[in-house]
Amino acid sequence: MSETTFDLIVIGAGPGGYVAAIRATQLGMKVAVVEKRATLGGVCLNEGCIPSKALLDSSELFAQARDKFASHGIAIDPPRLDLGSMMLRKDDVVRKLTDGIAYLFKKNAIRRLHGTAVLKGKNPEGEHQVEVTPVADGQQSLLDAPPEAVLLTAPRILLATGSEAAGLPGISFDGQVVVSAREALSFDKLPEHLIVAGGGYIGLEMGSVWRRLGAKVTVIEMLPQILPNMDRQVADALYRSLRKQGIQFKLATRINNVRRIGSKAIVEYNDGTGSEEIDCDKVLVAIGRRPMTAGLGLDELGLGLDEKGRVVVDANYQTTVPGIYAIGDLVPGPMLAHKASEEGVVCVERMAGQHSTVEYDFIPGVCYTWPEAASVGSTEEQLKKANIPYRSGRFNFSALGRARCMDESEGFVKILAHQETDRVLGVHILGPRASDLIAEAATVMCFGGTARDIALMCHAHPTLSEAIKEAALDLHKEAIHG
Amino acid sequence: MDIKIPEIGESVRDALLAKWFKADGAAIKKDDPLCEIETDKITLDLNADADGVLSIAVQEGTTVAVGTVIGSIAEAAAKQEAPPSLSATQLADRLLAPASSPTVRREMLENDITPDQVPGTGKGGRITLDDLFARIEERSKQPPAPRPVAVAQQPVVIPETPPVPPATLPPSAPEPAAPADEPAASTYAVSSEAAPAYTAGREERRPMTPIRRRIAERLVAARQQTAMLTTFNEADLSRVKALRSNYREHFMQRHGIALGFMPFFVKACVEALKEFPNVNGSIDGDDIVLHHFYDIGIAIGGEKGLVVPILRNADQMKLYEIDQAIAEYSQKIKTNRLEITDLQGGTFSISNGGVYGSMLSTPILNPPQSAVLGMHAIQDRPVVRDGQIVVRPMMYLALSYDHRIIDGREAVGFLKKVKEYIEEPEELLLEG
Repeated sequence: MSETTFDLIVIGAGPGGYVAAIRATQLGMKVAVVEKRATLGGVCLNEGCIPSKALLDSSELFAQARDKFASHGIAIDPPRLDLGSMMLRKDDVVRKLTDGIAYLFKKNAIRRLHGTAVLKGKNPEGEHQVEVTPVADGQQSLLDAPPEAVLLTAPRILLATGSEAAGLPGISFDGQVVVSAREALSFDKLPEHLIVAGGGYIGLEMGSVWRRLGAKVTVIEMLPQILPNMDRQVADALYRSLRKQGIQFKLATRINNVRRIGSKAIVEYNDGTGSEEIDCDKVLVAIGRRPMTAGLGLDELGLGLDEKGRVVVDANYQTTVPGIYAIGDLVPGPMLAHKASEEGVVCVERMAGQHSTVEYDFIPGVCYTWPEAASVGSTEEQLKKANIPYRSGRFNFSALGRARCMDESEGFVKILAHQETDRVLGVHILGPRASDLIAEAATVMCFGGTARDIALMCHAHPTLSEAIKEAALDLHKEAIHG
Repeated sequence: MDIKIPEIGESVRDALLAKWFKADGAAIKKDDPLCEIETDKITLDLNADADGVLSIAVQEGTTVAVGTVIGSIAEAAAKQEAPPSLSATQLADRLLAPASSPTVRREMLENDITPDQVPGTGKGGRITLDDLFARIEERSKQPPAPRPVAVAQQPVVIPETPPVPPATLPPSAPEPAAPADEPAASTYAVSSEAAPAYTAGREERRPMTPIRRRIAERLVAARQQTAMLTTFNEADLSRVKALRSNYREHFMQRHGIALGFMPFFVKACVEALKEFPNVNGSIDGDDIVLHHFYDIGIAIGGEKGLVVPILRNADQMKLYEIDQAIAEYSQKIKTNRLEITDLQGGTFSISNGGVYGSMLSTPILNPPQSAVLGMHAIQDRPVVRDGQIVVRPMMYLALSYDHRIIDGREAVGFLKKVKEYIEEPEELLLEG
């Protein structure tokens, strides 16, 4: 094989692409990864999951020091925000992790190319061609940067270019005032008033960060509720909790216009009772993300997209063009990093003839607010709609010893199990460390476990996980502490 | 909508996907024949259950277990099947499957086993890994699964065409691109190792189809496990021929079918069987089983091999009904619609080598039946009648019988009786 010929070319080094590339080399393929960003890890590591969690943890500590230390008997002067240091710590976390992937690439002998990729059809030998053009962004690249455009060939191409923030209709991002989550992770000073357009995961998480650090935050959501796909009880309880933390909400409200005045902006909105205006200095638009398919040369190949601009794939993640595959945010399903990683692994394993599948029923979702909201499986609303007979069990953290000790007594665990078989169909948690607690639920569900199975398992005391056991007991009206 | 290998019969576990009539991605209409599957007993067509676009998961020439999904129909406007999102009906469906674990589910896919094939012994009927391995071991003790026909012809890596979705590959097929697997070429090498290089192209090797393998097994068994003898006679078909030509048109008008020879032979055999019950019997262990019914198998040659569908209670059938029933079976064989129940049972068989022009042959038993009548070509031959040499339409008859249960006297007497009924069909008609 020559320098430019591979078994697989992965376009995009996000959580879908980089994981797929590593798995593919484990399976014996010669792999190249093309990434336009200077660092590996995609949105997730560079401007998504990781930096936002870094800031969420920092801001949570800040809020604790400010609001809770006193009640623990820790008397301190009111804490001062050193935003610069907080951001440096965040950047350091990101750098360590992206360097980690670079190391993994080296270890697995994955050829990395820094540049933009365009599909160029097949060569006479029937192999797909990808043209990689260097990116002149002035950043020092950790990837191999070809001095000029190169043409790579491989029988298989994996598209893993992910998604980008969708803008409000008629209101474009300006990178300073009207921004996406990327900029909201790197504000150089505390906004006075941050308006968040969109009451989804990203909007609520970023809103929480800046609220905890002291900004005034208003969330404007078009729908009459936040987190529309989440179990209603959880979403409603989280809504109340966030309002208590001082985040203001305008639900069922549409943003009609944003006018920039210097470094400020006036947001014009309509909540059904007439048009109103509100001043702010930052507008975070987090109304959703759309697949990033532009510029890849997909049209020229006749590669099929659905009505939402997502790539149409079959059960092998193969697109309508044989030999070209797509995963992650490009294809239907929840836009989650861990979903993309799973698909990446399964996609290349299936290329190698393995019988892998992604078990979509058991993909957990987490909203990293405080309290955290996490869920796996069906919501109560979905079960009702599907006419599936179920029982519900619930346990509040306020009755749990450990949660009391932590002074984190908000929230609850809710378990939905089949009326007859007792099989766990869905678990929804609002509360401290819900993101970690949900793993037990996902495990039980993967193994087809019942609510009674959970109830019969010994859970350590005092831990947060006891809430799951108690909720399972409650499902059969046997809760000890409920 | 998935296309699955249906339940074909009690003892049928796997089937050869012989041929796809439609190409992958073809638009199809409900009830269009999609593919032909072949088992060790019958071949049949699978028809589309819905309008839509066909997606083929298993290539033709592969042997697959009953219940295997071999493709799917993307209905109406629905494009390709996307990674599933949980719809209400899917959710309800999945709740019915026995509980297992991620590893078990993966291994089931790997081994082409569906949850309903594994009895779960775990808590609440869960399928444990041990249960699954026990099932796989049990399966491996059964006669080895036939090698897929197309194995050696499939290229190891198919860069242009989409690989067969691994989830539905049968266990015995090599995985298309698994680098760690033995290359498929080695399978090929084994099968041709005995042949010196210079013979290349002078012969070719093909695995037997399930139906051919079954035929082979049964024929050898018939030879080895019975004491088979054949007795011969000949019959003058003048009267039958005359009857046919006299009543042909009338018969055609009334019953919509030309009166054939076969119904006369069926009737003649039934009457003769009544007189010689052992010929209609069978041996079961140390017992002789006499049947008080007359289920007559009629051997009909099909493209895939000979099949012997059964005329049930032939003694109660009218001549035209026999004719119609045979015509119906021939049609079913042509269109691959023969059902397994059409072939089960049978107390006596008739094989007509005459349609191929055979003058004389010895038919082979169809165990557990004890006798089979062989019909042959009708030829004008000189025979002596009343001291005169005359020309008559003659047919040699052969009766192969299991000497363990039928004595020579009975066999000869039976065949003589058949001859008499054929030569004097009036008696048959008066009786029946």
